[in-house]
Amino acid sequence: MSKTDLCDMSIAVTGSGGAGSITAGELLLSLAGKNGCFGIMRRSFGPQIRGGEAAALIRLGPRPIECMNDSFDLWLALDWQNADRFADEIPLRPDSLIIADPDAGATPAVVRELGLEVIEVPMKALAKDIPMGRPNMVALGLLAHWLDFCADEAGRLIEHTFGRKGEDIVGGSRAAFRAGFTEPNIVEARASRKGPERCDPGMAGERWDLSGNEGCGLGALRGGVRFAAAYPITPASDLLEWLSPRLDRLGGGLLQAEDELASINMIIGASFGGVPSLTATSGPGLALMAESLGLAVAAEVPIVVVNVQRGGPSTGIPTKSEQVDLDIALHGLHGDAPHLVLAALDHADCVLTAEWAVRLAEALQAVAILLTDQNLAQSRALIPAPDYRLPGIPPRRQAGPDEDYQRYALTADGVSPMAIPGTPCSTYVADGLEHTETGKPSTAAADHAAQLDKRAGKLENFDYGDLWADVRGSGRTAILTWGSTASAVREAASRLEEDVRVVALRLLMPASPERLSAALEGVERVLVVEQSHGRQFHRYLRAYYDIDADVRVLARPGPLLITPGEIVRHLEEWR
Amino acid sequence: MTMAATASAALRPKDYKSDLKPVWCPGCGDFAVLAAITKALAFLELPREDVALITGIGCSSRIAAYTSVYGFHGVHGRALALASGLKAARKDLTVLVAGGDGDGLSIGGNHFIHACRRNMDLTYIVMDNEVYGMTKGQASPTTHPEWDRSKLTPRGTGIRPFNPAQMALTAGATFIARGFTGDPNGLAKTLVEAIEHPGFSFVQALSPCKTFRPEQMEWKKHVRGFDTEATDDAALAAERIRADDGMSTGVIYRRAFPVYQPGGAEPVGNAAQFDREFVI
Repeated sequence: MSKTDLCDMSIAVTGSGGAGSITAGELLLSLAGKNGCFGIMRRSFGPQIRGGEAAALIRLGPRPIECMNDSFDLWLALDWQNADRFADEIPLRPDSLIIADPDAGATPAVVRELGLEVIEVPMKALAKDIPMGRPNMVALGLLAHWLDFCADEAGRLIEHTFGRKGEDIVGGSRAAFRAGFTEPNIVEARASRKGPERCDPGMAGERWDLSGNEGCGLGALRGGVRFAAAYPITPASDLLEWLSPRLDRLGGGLLQAEDELASINMIIGASFGGVPSLTATSGPGLALMAESLGLAVAAEVPIVVVNVQRGGPSTGIPTKSEQVDLDIALHGLHGDAPHLVLAALDHADCVLTAEWAVRLAEALQAVAILLTDQNLAQSRALIPAPDYRLPGIPPRRQAGPDEDYQRYALTADGVSPMAIPGTPCSTYVADGLEHTETGKPSTAAADHAAQLDKRAGKLENFDYGDLWADVRGSGRTAILTWGSTASAVREAASRLEEDVRVVALRLLMPASPERLSAALEGVERVLVVEQSHGRQFHRYLRAYYDIDADVRVLARPGPLLITPGEIVRHLEEWR
Repeated sequence: MTMAATASAALRPKDYKSDLKPVWCPGCGDFAVLAAITKALAFLELPREDVALITGIGCSSRIAAYTSVYGFHGVHGRALALASGLKAARKDLTVLVAGGDGDGLSIGGNHFIHACRRNMDLTYIVMDNEVYGMTKGQASPTTHPEWDRSKLTPRGTGIRPFNPAQMALTAGATFIARGFTGDPNGLAKTLVEAIEHPGFSFVQALSPCKTFRPEQMEWKKHVRGFDTEATDDAALAAERIRADDGMSTGVIYRRAFPVYQPGGAEPVGNAAQFDREFVI
């Protein structure tokens, strides 16, 4: 494993559909991992199914990285087709470097206007001379040379990745990589340029290459989920695709439903049958599920819904990120319907929070909505292996054979033992109608009040421990945030000279007002940061918490992510 | 609700009934469906705890609470989805689904189509009275277009009703039958066959609504058994359904076809095995 000399490098690889920019980016990230780096890669697509332009946005460094930087150091363009569409997402500086194919047409305006240095490499022509060689593998070679990565390692990676496609492809890819790695223009440019300062080699310990969707899937399986039902929707489908074969392996299964109305009811049915169950969706799908979430609340059937947020409303910007389903997750149910709302903060946190969500749902016989977003879910990160310990949470409380069984018995903690079908004597009817303790339908005021108290109390009185939020720092300035925006906030805090407290909420409902007050003890000003035009998080804070400090809000819609630099500027201008 | 008998003793039909008094009007056909279900379960000697009856919303969907098996009274139109999830997770259970024509064929129409083609081992009973009873008498997908007694459609619906059996056949159901609440024993016999059929069984139970469709009390004069045996030929079944006036009862179509059951393989290892996929 060779040491790397990159300190903090942001690279964009773009190309038209089928050019392989995403594959090149993913291999570069993997190669960075093999070379001891940390990093993150986001994928950005045009709206086309095939044939559209695609960008791999990569940031690499010697320490864990969870968000993109404010600008890019290097843009490798396999071609310039529709490259202007990426201009917003690939902010450049006057010293940014371009690697482009001289045969790919005119450079876009953004590159010309900045007068950037362009290293010309005929990637297409080089690839053409190699049987089964492709320009994107030439590009991988160029980048690997630029980053001083080990070529032998890259060869093994290519073999591992393309082995199934046959020896021709592996051979062609390796040759194309080699052509890029030794290409004279890149070698000369690299030699004449002072590289980024040498940093410490990577941290010790096991590192993982994980997407947010995979992290949620893994956490769900760790939590005991053995059944899923779902309807495909971007950007949640890849979580389901990851789960499906692994649920099979664990003796469970995944059922592809006819729509979200079905998928939510299927998991309610499966969980009624005693099997911890989950579905994953995105905003429009969550809206379709809302009625039946109420059923699960009323009938007290534990389920978990992972909602991967995307730009909304309606079909909105389905391939891009926003934090805009907080309102519907918190308040989208009909009736008084207490439930859990959680949010994962970063890639490793997806594993933790998904497992926690499943265990809480099971223990409290509750609905848990876990919010992530496209940015977190569909990006890959090289991270230290997730290392967490959940507090002891009991499994679902089950009833044995009982002649006098009462499914909705009023208990001290509000959780009543659940009889699983197959249990003799304890048969009952789960019901969305308000009911008595036995489950018999009732319109009586006293029964309604008692069951409402029970369903609210079991969530409010549970001790969620320290996981309600991730709290860092101790300054008099605090940044309050939630979900994946936490990563940009943490990095912003690390760049500021003054000590800044960062509070990132992981458990949004039930709210934890006393804990937040304690976490903000001594704080004089609070910046609320969220990726939403409607200030959903800020309104949530106003509704459930007392914040005794000056409050400002940095709320901005997607699809362009809030960057660390933007947060730093906001705080620096707040004097 | 409390259980008097133990699971091992021979159970009579009434042992499958709960002690709740139905909300149904006197003379409602659904009483006979309840009787037929309990008779069928007793005949099949199924332990109560191994049976689940899943329903949606509507008069007939209340039926779950009137039995002593496990039940789920869900939301309007989604009973088949609830049941499919339960059956997917719990292959060992006998899962029955019941509801009305509005619940199953209107708001739940998409689930009906896909449950038919999915062919999970479920038995679905639609109590068809061609009217929404619980909301006080509106037209349903099986109502005649000229029925003008609903304030919502005072000149009739003007829309052709659809034929549930034809729909089920087209969508791929592998067992299709029609019963009549005026003949609870015949209906019970049909239900026994439906439950025993491996795959998706659809039973349309003609169940008159005395309150909003009193003219249906005349159905008993028109209902008769099919004069042919069930066929496994879909074209022949389609022809028989087309030629019939919707009042013939019995099993129309029965075909052996692979049952869909997702997952359920022997588990290998635990979730920890997947950690290594991510290690660099």
